[in-house]
Formats: sequence, structure tokens, C-alpha cells
Amino acid sequence: MKVLVAVKRVVDYNVKVRAKADGSDVDLNNVKMAINPFCEIAVEEAVRLKEAGTATEVVAVSIGDKACQEQIRTALALGADRGIQVETECGVEPLVVAKLLKGVIEKEEPQLVILGKQSIDGDNNQTGQMLGALAGMPQGTFASEVVIDGDKVNVTREVDGGLQTVALNLPAIVTTDLRLNEPRYASLPNIMKAKKKPLDVLTPGDLGVEVTSHLTQVSVEPPAERQAGIKVEDVDQLVDKLKNEAKVIS
Amino acid sequence: MSTLVIAEHDNGSLKGATLNAVTAAQAMGADIDILVAGAGCDGAAQAAAAVAGVSKVLVADNAAYEHQLAENVSLLVAEVGAGYDNIIAPATANAKNTMPRVAALLDVAQISEITSVESADTFKRPIYAGNVIATVKSADAKKVITVRTTAFDAAAAEGGSATVEAVDAVHDAGISSFVGEEVAESDRPELTAAPVVISGGRGMQNGENFKLLEGIADKLGAAIGASRAAVDAGFVPNDMQVGQTGKIVAPDLYIAVGISGAIQHLAGMKDSKVIVAINKDEDAPIFQVADYGLVADLFDALPELESKI
Repeated sequence: MKVLVAVKRVVDYNVKVRAKADGSDVDLNNVKMAINPFCEIAVEEAVRLKEAGTATEVVAVSIGDKACQEQIRTALALGADRGIQVETECGVEPLVVAKLLKGVIEKEEPQLVILGKQSIDGDNNQTGQMLGALAGMPQGTFASEVVIDGDKVNVTREVDGGLQTVALNLPAIVTTDLRLNEPRYASLPNIMKAKKKPLDVLTPGDLGVEVTSHLTQVSVEPPAERQAGIKVEDVDQLVDKLKNEAKVIS
Repeated sequence: MSTLVIAEHDNGSLKGATLNAVTAAQAMGADIDILVAGAGCDGAAQAAAAVAGVSKVLVADNAAYEHQLAENVSLLVAEVGAGYDNIIAPATANAKNTMPRVAALLDVAQISEITSVESADTFKRPIYAGNVIATVKSADAKKVITVRTTAFDAAAAEGGSATVEAVDAVHDAGISSFVGEEVAESDRPELTAAPVVISGGRGMQNGENFKLLEGIADKLGAAIGASRAAVDAGFVPNDMQVGQTGKIVAPDLYIAVGISGAIQHLAGMKDSKVIVAINKDEDAPIFQVADYGLVADLFDALPELESKI
């Protein structure tokens, strides 16, 4: 079966971003960018399905400006077969991303679509679910285990009280949680090979989607700063401070 | 203006997170109804009817909704929610699963994990793991919103007298089914609602050592949490994880033990009222947000702390 994986270019997860002084947006000048960690896990899962003989082809898709081709190449170096970039400006809303991905699904007809559960920039946790609704497909969100079983997929999900397993009819959507797998590193030969793999560029028009915006970012600001605390000498002093100064224990 | 709050419940009882969502709904200044979708969910519906400030409780009681499968519940919420200006749910795993589907069915954007209501169409929400607070304005006529529960007080669970009305709509998409679940058992307070949380990180070294936290947790009535490092190392189950990708907590007292304080962990706890860090590395980033830091070996400090509180 064919597997489609969606990947997003985001700020590297180790970077502490800041709001610009004028509050117009976050400052992303000269900041290291990378593939979203949850998307990397999605690619790894797809590649493992291919290595297990379950998947026949893995297609990596990203939506954004030309720079996101870098993240598609990363996915190709990790083992995806070919890439698709849907050319848009950066910062497209999840609902529009879902509509564009639905367009790609109609073209490619994959049996399984794997996305990360959330991107670490917008922290929305929406795209996979929206895509499921638009494409009329079932969803296994926050997956920590994915088992293909004939024309169904069993997904173990991380929920508030523990774990839940659901069976979904294929074609289906899966969004990855951190514990689904441990992504591999791309080797240098694979990075070189990835440069030769096909990468198509589509426009929203090709997919019959109009890029709109429902939300406007009015401003951004840093979160309230915490007061610098103190270091206590020993446990006695800690207990004393908690009892008599902070009054959080009695 | 009218607002539909989607109840978080386990059929038998209403979860506290619903009460925080009701407060957020009140901030929007609208009439509030609650939708309880489940199977055999009379207990949850009765509890919802007692919540102060609620006019009506709508109950969809059908086997199709028993396990909150997003494919079924989203169709129901989109149908019932069509008559409301706002659809609001607490940002629990269930709502995160279902609400974006509802938004897509209604062709509106979802606004995730709001921390404040600025006006009827403008909200604040944290982005980039809580390092930036964005103010967003929605152009949609209907708003689909999830609420960060720690940012809103709980509405009074008693004092209301809402009417209870049955909803007959049955939506079974027939494309997914519930197989089973593994629920982590605990006598301690729920992590996201506990007044005190004590969390362990990689420094705990193994799962056995988490017992060192238990005695303190019992004395303080605390819930026990963990960093991602501790979960990934297999010390404790994942539903104990506090952070950007785990649970968001804001207790009165948060005690971080053997936790360095990575951005992703801070995202889940830095709104706690008082933060205590116990770490033997005096340069650990956790000390930059801790009100009280103790540089000590946790294996010495924890037993001593337990004996002195």
C-alpha cells in the first residue's frame, strides 16, 4: 500500500524563540530550522512499514515556501521514495493545510496518511483530525503503536488516563506521539541519494484549493516573567520557606 | 450569543475539566448549554445539570458515543453545535481528538488551548512551547475553541438547575471501533487538578526510586508527575508526563526532582504558583524558574524532606 507522510519545517526544538520587540511576530531571523520532531517520527513509521513489506511506496509532502524542500529532502534521506511540495507562503493555517492535503490524497490515493500530532511552533494539534473529517477517513491520533491488520489498522493511542486501542478501516489517518518510535539518522550516502529522488511542486490551484485565512495574529508577547528565586541551604530551610514564606504547605 | 460546552466525562461522572471550560464560556458572556455525549451517561448528565450558570444540558445517550470515538462524536457535535455561536471544550485528549474534526466539518478554524478571552472574537494562546503568547482574532462567525484548563478557575459544581433534554441524533460513521484500553490506576489526585505536584526526572535513575516521591506525595496530598526523560527511559507510564507534549499543570506547589528543566518540560509547569527544584547540578535551567532551589543529591534530600514535612 501507499503511505503519505506530511512533514513541516519549523524552528529547531532546542531554540528558545522570542517575540520581536514591536510585538508583530516571533523573531525567526537566522534561527535554525528543522523538520518538526513529530513529523520525523511519522516518516520513520512509514519507512518501517516499507521495510516490513507492508508499504510499497512512501510519499513525503510538505506545504510552504521553497525552503520546505529542505525538509522534504530530509524525509527522502530517511527513506521516503518521492516528495511533493505544495507551494504556499509560510504560516498557513491548519484548516487550509488539511484542505491542501485532502487535494493531495485525492491525487495520490494513499491507504495510510501519517502526520505528527502537533507542530512545535503553532502547538495547534489540529491538522490530522481536520484532514480526517474532510477526507471522510477515520483517525488514530496520538499513536504509540500502529499495527496493520488486513484492511484495518489497529492504533494504540495515548489518552489522559493511559492507553486506548482503536481499529480503523483503511484508508485512515494516523498522528504520531513521541513514543511511537525512535527516528533514525540519515547517513551521508542516503543524503546524497535523496538529492536525486523526484520532488514535484504543486500549487494550491492545482489542487482546487483557495488559500484563505480565518485567524489573524493580532500581536505576540513574551509570557509573564517569573521572579528570580533563591537557593536554600538545606532541607530544613526549604521546609521553613514553604511553610512560613510561601505558605503552600502546613 | 449562545455557547455549547462539550462535557468531559467517563459516562458515570463529570470530569473537573468541564468546569474550567464553563468558566471560559462565561467569559464570553453567552448563554451556556452543555452537551453530554456517551452511553449510559445519566450520571454525567445529572452532574452537568447541577453546574452553576448552565441553562440546558443536552444528552446524547447512544452506544455509538460510548468511547468518544472522534468519527462519531464529531458528527453529533457539528449537528448540535450548528445552532450555537461558540463551541467550547476543555483541552483534554478527548477534545483534542474530536474538536478539530468538528471545526473542519463546520469549515471554521479551531483556536487551540486558549488561556484568556479578550473579547467575543479575540483570544490569547501560548505558542512555541509557551515561550510566546499570541493574541489571535477569529473572522469566523462560529468559534470552535479548546480551553487550557489551568488558565481558568473551575465553575461551581453545585447550585445550578439546568433542564435536561435528550438528543436523539445518532451518528455512527461505521469506520472505526473501540478495541480496548489500559487505564493507569491511581489513588492520588488527578495530575492536572492536584494542588501539589511532585515530579521526577532522569535523575531518579529508575522506576523503583519513584517510591521516594510517594511518601512525600502522600503527606502533601500531591499527584506524581514525570519529565519526558523519565517516561522515555521507562521509569513511569506516559500519562504521568508533564510538558509541551504531555499534561499542562499549574498547581500551588510544583516540586521538580532530578529534572534539568528543558523548554518542553517548562511548557507544562511554569505557571505553577510556587516552584521548588531539587537538583545536584547547580547550573540546571530549572533553577532559573524555581522560587526555591536546593542543590543537593535527591537521594539524601528526599528522605529528609519526607521526615520533616
